[in-house]
Amino acid sequence: MFERLQNSRNALGYVFMLPAAVLLIGLLAYPLGLGTWLGFTDAKIGRPGEWVGLENFRYLVTDSVTQLALFNTLFYTVVASALKFVLGLYLALLLNKNLPFKSFFRAVVLLPWIVPTALSAIAFWWLYDAQFSVFSWVLTKLGLIDRYIDFLGDPWNARLSTIAANVWRGVPFVAISLLAGLQTISPSYYEASAIDGATPWQQFRHVTLPLLTPIIAVVMTFSVLFTFTDFQLIYVLTRGGPLNATHLMATLAFQRGIPGGSLGEGAALATLMVPFLLAAVMFSYFGLQRRAWQQGGDK
Amino acid sequence: MSSPNDDVVGMDYLQSLPRRWVTIYIPLGIFVFVLLFPFYWMVVTSVKPNADLLSRDANPFWTLKPTLAHFHKLLFETPYPEWLWNTVVVSVVSTALSLVAAVLAAYAIERLRFQGAKPAGGAIFLAYLVPPSILFIPLSTIIFQLGLFDTRMALILSYPTFLIPFCTWLLMGYFRSIPFELEECALIDGASRWQILIKIVLPLAVPGLISAGIFAFTLSWNEFIYALTFVSSSENKTVPVGVVTELVEGDVYHWGALMAGALLGSLPVAFIYSFFVEHYVSGMTGSVKE
Repeated sequence: MFERLQNSRNALGYVFMLPAAVLLIGLLAYPLGLGTWLGFTDAKIGRPGEWVGLENFRYLVTDSVTQLALFNTLFYTVVASALKFVLGLYLALLLNKNLPFKSFFRAVVLLPWIVPTALSAIAFWWLYDAQFSVFSWVLTKLGLIDRYIDFLGDPWNARLSTIAANVWRGVPFVAISLLAGLQTISPSYYEASAIDGATPWQQFRHVTLPLLTPIIAVVMTFSVLFTFTDFQLIYVLTRGGPLNATHLMATLAFQRGIPGGSLGEGAALATLMVPFLLAAVMFSYFGLQRRAWQQGGDK
Repeated sequence: MSSPNDDVVGMDYLQSLPRRWVTIYIPLGIFVFVLLFPFYWMVVTSVKPNADLLSRDANPFWTLKPTLAHFHKLLFETPYPEWLWNTVVVSVVSTALSLVAAVLAAYAIERLRFQGAKPAGGAIFLAYLVPPSILFIPLSTIIFQLGLFDTRMALILSYPTFLIPFCTWLLMGYFRSIPFELEECALIDGASRWQILIKIVLPLAVPGLISAGIFAFTLSWNEFIYALTFVSSSENKTVPVGVVTELVEGDVYHWGALMAGALLGSLPVAFIYSFFVEHYVSGMTGSVKE
C-alpha cells in the first residue's frame, strides 16, 4: 500500500499538496467567501449577523466619508504609482550603468523596502512633526518660509506627505525589479543602434522601453496592488485624519470594522475594494502587456 | 545567478568623466541621500538627549552629548524585549511552517505533475494576489471562533496565508531549473520520490530555499495589519504593532525612545538581509522573470 502510494504520481501529489491546501483553503479561500457574505449582514463584534441584503452597500454609496475614502484611495494609488514608476525606472537606469561599488549601491537602495513599514513610517511621522520637523527647520534657516509647515494637519499637505512616504518606500522595489529586467537586455542592441546613429533618448525609447515592457507590466501590477490596499503607512501617520482627508478604503474598513465593531460594514467596505482592485490590476497588466504584443514581444 | 552582462563595460568608455558626474553620480547621490536620510534621522534622534530634541535652536543634524538613555528606557521600562521575542517566535515558526508546506507543494506541482497541477499552480499565484487588507475582518471572526484571539498562534497560523503562495511560486521556479535527468537516474537506481526530494532536489535548491526563507522571514517580521487586529494585550504584541500602539500613548511623544524602538526593530531584518543580499536580489530577479 505504502509502496503503491510512493509510486503513484497523483496520490503522492495530492498528499504533498495537503498542508498548503488545508491552510490556504481554510484561512484564505474560506475567509474570502466569508468576507463577502459578512458584507451582506449586520454582524457586529460578538454577535453573528442577520442577512440584510444590499443595505450596507446602499448606505456606503451615499456615505460622504466612504466617497472621500474612495477618492483618496484612487488619488493615492494613481499619483504614488506614477511617481514610483518614473523614479524607479530612472534609478534602475542609473544603477545599470557601470558603477564602482555596484553591489553596495544595490544593497543600500533596497533598505527602505526591507525594514518594517510601520517603523519607517514612525520616522516619517517625526520628520513631519508640526513643531520640530527638520524640513521646516532647514527651510526656515534658508529663509524660504517663516512659519513651520503643518505637514499632517492640513488635508492636502497630509495627502501629499503620505504619498511622499509611500513613494520613498516603494521606489526600491520598482528600481531593483526593473534593474533585473535591464540586465537581460543584450548590450549588442545598444551598440547596433549607436552605429546607426541613435541618440541616447532614441536608444531608451526604441530599445530599452519595448524590451522592458513585459517586466514593467508585472512590476507595476504588484505596485498598484500594494498601493491600493495600503494600510500601515496611513494608520501610523494620520489614522485617516485630518477630517478623514487621508482615509483609504483599507483604513476606513479597519476603523468601522474593528474599533467601531461593525464587522458587516467593514467587510462591505473591503468587498467594495475588490472590483476596483481587479480593474486596476487588469488595466496595468493587460494595458501594458498588449503594448508588448503590438511591439512584437514574445509573450 | 548573476547576470551574464554584469562585467560588460559596453560603450561606457565613450563617456567622459565630467559627463558621468552630471548624468550618473550626482543623481545617484541624491537618490541615495533621500533613501537613507530617514535612517540617519532615526539614529541621530535615538541618541539625542531630550533637551536637544525639543529645542528649535540646536542644530538638529547633530548632537554634542549623545546618550543611550532612550535605549535604556526602551529595554528596561517598556515591554519592548517581550515584543521582540514574540516577533522572533512568530516569524521563525511561521516561516518554517510555510517553507515545509511550500517545498512539498512546489515539488508536487512542478515535478510530480499530478492531475490538476497546472490549475493548482494558477490558484497559488492568485492566492498571492489576495491582499491582507480585505481578509483581516473575516479572518478575525475565524480566529475568534477557533479560540485563538490574542495569542501568538493566531499570527503563526495566519501569516502562512501570504507566505505559502509566495514561497511556492519562488520555489517552483527553482525546481524547474533542476534537470529531469537527475531524477530519472535516481528513479532507475530505485530511489523513492521522497528520497529524491530530500537527497537530490532540496540540496540543489538551497539558494532558492535561502531566498524564500529570507523573504518569508522579512515579510512576517514586517507584518502589521493581522498583528494589529488579532492581538490586543501588550505581552502578545509584535514589535511594529507594539511600537505604534503602546509607545505613542499620552500627550508627550517620547521621540527618542520611539526612534530607538524603530531602529532596533529594523536592525534584525537589515542585518540578515545584508548577509544574503546577493541571494535576495537574485531571488527577486528570478521571481520577476517569470
